Amino acid sequence: MSNAHLKPAVAALSGAALAVSAGGAVAAWEVNMPQGVTEISRTVYDLHMLIFWICVVIGIVVFGAMFYSIVKHRKSKGHQAAQFHESTTVEVLWTLVPFLILVGMAIPATKTLIAMEDTSNADMTIKVTGYQWKWHYDYMDEGIGFFSNLATSRAAIENRAEKGEHYLLDVDNPIVVPVNKKIRFLVTANDVIHAFWVPDLAMKKDAIPGFVNELWTRIDEPGVYRGQCAELCGKDHGFMPIVVVAMEEPKYLDWVAEQKAAREAEMLASDQEWGKSDLMARGEKIYNTNCAACHQANGEGMGSVFPAIKGSAVATGSIQGHIDLVMNGVQGTAMAAYGPQLGDVDLAAVLTYQRNAFGNDTGDVIQPTDIKAAR
Amino acid sequence: MSAVISETHHDEHPSGIKRWLFTTNHKDIGTLYLLFALLMFFVGGAMALVIRAELFEPGLQMVEPQFFNSMTTMHALVMIFGVVMPAFTGLANWLIPMMVGATDMALPRMNNWSFWILPFAFTMLLSTLFMDGGGPAGGWTMYPPLMLQTGDAFPFVIFAIHLMGISSIMGSINVIATILNMRAPGMNLMKMPLFVWTWLITAYLLIATMPVLAGAVTMLLTDKYFGTSFFNAAGGGDPVMFQHIFWFFGHPEVYILILPAFGIASSIIPTFARKPLFGYASMVYATASIAFLSFIVWAHHMFTVGMPLAGELFFMLTTMMIAVPTGVKVFNWVATMWKGSMTFETPMLFALGFVIMFTIGGFSGLMLAIAPVDFQYHDTYFVVAHFHYVLVPGAVFSIIAAVYYWLPKWTGHMYNETLGKWHFWLSTIFVNLTFFPMHFVGLAGMPRRIPDYALQFADFNAIATIGAFGFGFAQLLFAYLVFQTIRGGEKASDQVWEGAHGLEWTLSSPPPYHSFTTAPEVK
Amino acid sequence: MAHAEGQYYIPHGSHWPLVGSVGLTTLLVGFASWLNGAEFGQLLMLAGVVITLVMMFGWFGTVVRESQSGIYNAQVDLSFRWGMFWFIFSEVMFFAAFFGALFYARQYSVPWLGGEGDGAMTNSVLWPSFEAAWPTAGPGEVGGEFEIMGAWGIPALNTAILLTSGATLTWAHHALKEDKRGQLALGLLVTVLLGVIFLGFQAYEYGHAYSDLNLKLSSGIYGSTFFMLTGFHGLHVTIGAIMLAIMLIRVLKGHFTSKNHFAFEAAAWYWHFVDVVWLGLFIFVYWL
Ligand code: HEA
Ligand code: HEA
Ligand code: HEC
Ligand code: CUA
Ligand SMILES: [Cu+2]
Repeated sequence: MSNAHLKPAVAALSGAALAVSAGGAVAAWEVNMPQGVTEISRTVYDLHMLIFWICVVIGIVVFGAMFYSIVKHRKSKGHQAAQFHESTTVEVLWTLVPFLILVGMAIPATKTLIAMEDTSNADMTIKVTGYQWKWHYDYMDEGIGFFSNLATSRAAIENRAEKGEHYLLDVDNPIVVPVNKKIRFLVTANDVIHAFWVPDLAMKKDAIPGFVNELWTRIDEPGVYRGQCAELCGKDHGFMPIVVVAMEEPKYLDWVAEQKAAREAEMLASDQEWGKSDLMARGEKIYNTNCAACHQANGEGMGSVFPAIKGSAVATGSIQGHIDLVMNGVQGTAMAAYGPQLGDVDLAAVLTYQRNAFGNDTGDVIQPTDIKAAR
Repeated sequence: MSAVISETHHDEHPSGIKRWLFTTNHKDIGTLYLLFALLMFFVGGAMALVIRAELFEPGLQMVEPQFFNSMTTMHALVMIFGVVMPAFTGLANWLIPMMVGATDMALPRMNNWSFWILPFAFTMLLSTLFMDGGGPAGGWTMYPPLMLQTGDAFPFVIFAIHLMGISSIMGSINVIATILNMRAPGMNLMKMPLFVWTWLITAYLLIATMPVLAGAVTMLLTDKYFGTSFFNAAGGGDPVMFQHIFWFFGHPEVYILILPAFGIASSIIPTFARKPLFGYASMVYATASIAFLSFIVWAHHMFTVGMPLAGELFFMLTTMMIAVPTGVKVFNWVATMWKGSMTFETPMLFALGFVIMFTIGGFSGLMLAIAPVDFQYHDTYFVVAHFHYVLVPGAVFSIIAAVYYWLPKWTGHMYNETLGKWHFWLSTIFVNLTFFPMHFVGLAGMPRRIPDYALQFADFNAIATIGAFGFGFAQLLFAYLVFQTIRGGEKASDQVWEGAHGLEWTLSSPPPYHSFTTAPEVK
Repeated sequence: MAHAEGQYYIPHGSHWPLVGSVGLTTLLVGFASWLNGAEFGQLLMLAGVVITLVMMFGWFGTVVRESQSGIYNAQVDLSFRWGMFWFIFSEVMFFAAFFGALFYARQYSVPWLGGEGDGAMTNSVLWPSFEAAWPTAGPGEVGGEFEIMGAWGIPALNTAILLTSGATLTWAHHALKEDKRGQLALGLLVTVLLGVIFLGFQAYEYGHAYSDLNLKLSSGIYGSTFFMLTGFHGLHVTIGAIMLAIMLIRVLKGHFTSKNHFAFEAAAWYWHFVDVVWLGLFIFVYWL
């Protein structure tokens, strides 16, 4: 934190109330809610500002009266205390007036809420599943599905490397969607509760294991919209961002075609014989995105809870045992079943990597076909 | 009914450690509660400082994310169950018998037990930080399934909460029995000081909700160890069911943390305005309405869980309603000051700070109540800003105000007014520096409960951290002042404050060991 | 120590509360350690139970002695009444949490899982073959298939037993007020015996559920709510029966007068509360 950074911030704070009101003008300071890129998000923003201003006005009236009295009705100025202590009229008045103000707020709020909850007539559906600590997206109509992991490096997080522009808000595989389509999201979770939230789209829903929640959006402008998991989900809750890339429909269709082609290629690859160095290279990547959060990039694990892979009896023991453990996980621990999460090639690669990296020089090579056989 | 105590009692003056361990005296027990709360404030505050230090700048610097989460969890549990609730109970112990004209609390032995469970409960809770797998890290709300991933700490946390619940329930039973049964002749319900009224209703809330929390955490325990499926969809349960049960407790709980504060403000403001409290009866009704409403708004903490539309609407509308009775209170305080003859000693300063900053927190609460917009606010620092405004310059300021206000009565000594004013201004400046920027980062999209954040939140987080350390150190001044006053100082008169009214001011400063050995006349 | 009539009795310092804290903490730390797999856990629990029992004997014994010596006036008596009343209220709320879980599961979570209301996608995406019904072990059939306990067998009998015990207790109370000590003791004895019979039936029922019906604590949400509700109720019946048994002993020792017998009444209130909870259980757990 440089000093140059701080000063303007202090200045902004001293003008705090002003800053909020001038929302747009000082957007660089990010002191207000984004207006977003959907009709709903703008309605929500307007509602937010409406209530904010009502509170400001009430605040000015109440605190105004209070400060007036603090200044004028003080003993040091010789003010004598009056002795009145009730007045039915004003008491009824200041019960009724706030009530009416609240009714005035409730009407637009109710309308907005009803519109937000209407997920019918969607053009497409994407299933979103929260995992500790990544998201999985399933394009239900296209048969495309993939995981989306944090793309910020461990080094940047641990202050060993420069923090880029989208520090913590970057992923390897974003959700790609077309603009001007009503997109329905089916939100659920695999392990604990997560929450799917993209501020620019003004939507947030909890992802609850065993239940499916619905929400929808219709994005107006092409662009990249970033959000984060918004429900505490364990150790790396702060490290599971969401990135939505909205594009014109033709481009989106190209993307879909590309994804399908990649899938085909992957299918073919899993039937092939892979070379050890290819597996190791791919395995390292898979390991770092999927396993390093717990077992650490150097394979040494963390404390007694997250065991080391380096020299692990499992990773240097029987191949079958190793495959079983990783594919099925360990019940009642944070070690999830990776069989359903990773493809044959990826599993083969990460297993090969674990058996040969960190000085686990077993020399074993596990082929995608071995995984397929184990399924 | 008269409340007289035989002279023989006064001969018995227990001393040494046994006095404190075995005491059945409401003043001793009140002191124990207050000192315990002070100690825990520094413990919970130190945890807050760990949180703030980690959040000073982006990146992971000081602590592991898992430990960060357990700091957040423990900070909240300690502050709520170990600071604000015991402090209020301590005040209740000291003040209620003196205010209603009683000798002591109704059930003195149980009173001792209510207190002496707490140190055990908190030792148990704090010890979990050193266990295999670390302390609880699922947030103070303990949502399953995440909470079920806790290591060895798990059952200890659950049982610590059971113990705290037992303590609160016994404490509350005592308060209710005292208020209903120990009033001096003539002290009818509508003559009771508002602090007594607010505590009566608070005690009711506690007895109604703590057992529900106990039930909720018991279900967590059986889900983890005994194969039940309360919160497991595969077995026909629902993780969200826990949230409903928890918040059925949790929302009344937040009013438990504020109603006595309302009572304190209602005692202090008339004294320093030298004018009777405006709208006494409406204050009582407003308190009761808030308590009633608090039972039917709980799901405003869960707008994003995917409730049916009708549920969201219901909880939004009922929540908004709470602004009405709360507004009545704020207006009454302003009307009490209006055309008064005000002076601004430290208790009054804290009470005024309370009114203003609590109201700011109330406003953000109202914004949160608007369900469609809460989708944006929920689980961001905007919520953190909201509840710290109502809890720190709200509940904690009220407690500090109460201590300054009644300390001369309790100890017989006047505190150092200059230092008191310093304490107020430092606290007020720093508390705003800490929590106001949290509104901004929250709106701009910073989620809560994260150890690291995106770069655009950096500046305001740095400010908040500076504020937190400043605020923390200002509280060392408070501790110093309190102990200085206990040990000596200018002699306080019986009435202490020119404008003070009420039975407690008719007793000597410090008051006799047994408050009213002969029941006072109340006109 | 002399206490004239009309004075509110304030006891001196007492070590029993502290002993109680130590006892409870020992018990709970033991339990927690045991759950974590530590062998000394059970021993610690046992020690905790012993300390807690010693505390209860000591504390209640003191109260009984004080009461018998006549230093409690009417106002003290009223404090005890308020205390007991609010304690029972807290117990009501404890049960409310579990009843709440039962209603929530039946009204909301199970129907949603079955696709009702907002749950259409939950059902078709996650649990396609699940049909909502009650009783259920959930879409994952947690704990396997089970049969349930019919309402009109032992449970109905148990309802009759508890209701009768409520009546015999009231009879005993009337006898006490009219100073008929023989009827009083008999009434109490019958009440305690009915309580014990109730517990016996319940124990049998549990055995039957576990060994013949495959109905277990782990049988999904049905098993969870069934055993937690009836289990906590059974625990309360046990406590109530012990309280009444102690009242019986005190009656035999000649305690209580027709005017002054709050301890008896407290135990009776408690028993009636347990009775009412059972009616709720019978209706919502067994019958409907
Ligand atoms: C002392 C504690 C306290 C108090 C008093 C309050 C008071 C209120 N709270 Fe707050 N709240 C908390 C403690 C408290 N809260 C905590 C701890 C959490 C977070 C828990 C967690 O998740 O960890 C929380 C969270 C929370 C949420 C959930 C946010 C989320 O997670 O998304 C909501 C939503 O409705 C809410 C609303 C309110 C409202 C409407 C009030 C009202 O009572 C406020 C009423 C007061 C006023 C409105 C101001 C004065 C009134 C006037 C001057 C009258 C005129 C005004 C108008 C007509 C506008 N609170
Ligand atoms: C009454 C309740 C209460 C009080 C008083 C406070 C007081 C404070 N709280 Fe907290 N807080 C909560 C209740 C409370 N809080 C709750 C309920 C949560 C939600 C938890 C959750 O998400 O589950 C929360 C969460 C919370 C967070 C969010 C954490 C996260 O989401 O990850 C933060 C972050 O800044 C924070 C900060 C603070 C600070 C700076 C104070 C300060 O006011 C504290 C000031 C006091 C001190 C600083 C002590 C002074 C001591 C010293 C200066 C000396 C140090 C002494 C030694 C080392 C011996 N609190
Ligand atoms: C969320 C944390 C987490 C992640 C991510 C994770 N693991 Fe694990 N892993 C664990 C835990 C916890 C255990 C210990 C389980 C136990 O108690 O037996 C474990 C155990 C293992 C073991 C056995 C080690 C031994 O010696 O006992 C292997 C091998 C393993 N994991 C491989 C992997 C692979 C491969 C991945 C990624 C594809 C992965 N893990 C990702 C938490 C994790
Ligand atoms: Cu996933 Cu937080
Ligand atoms: Cu609330």
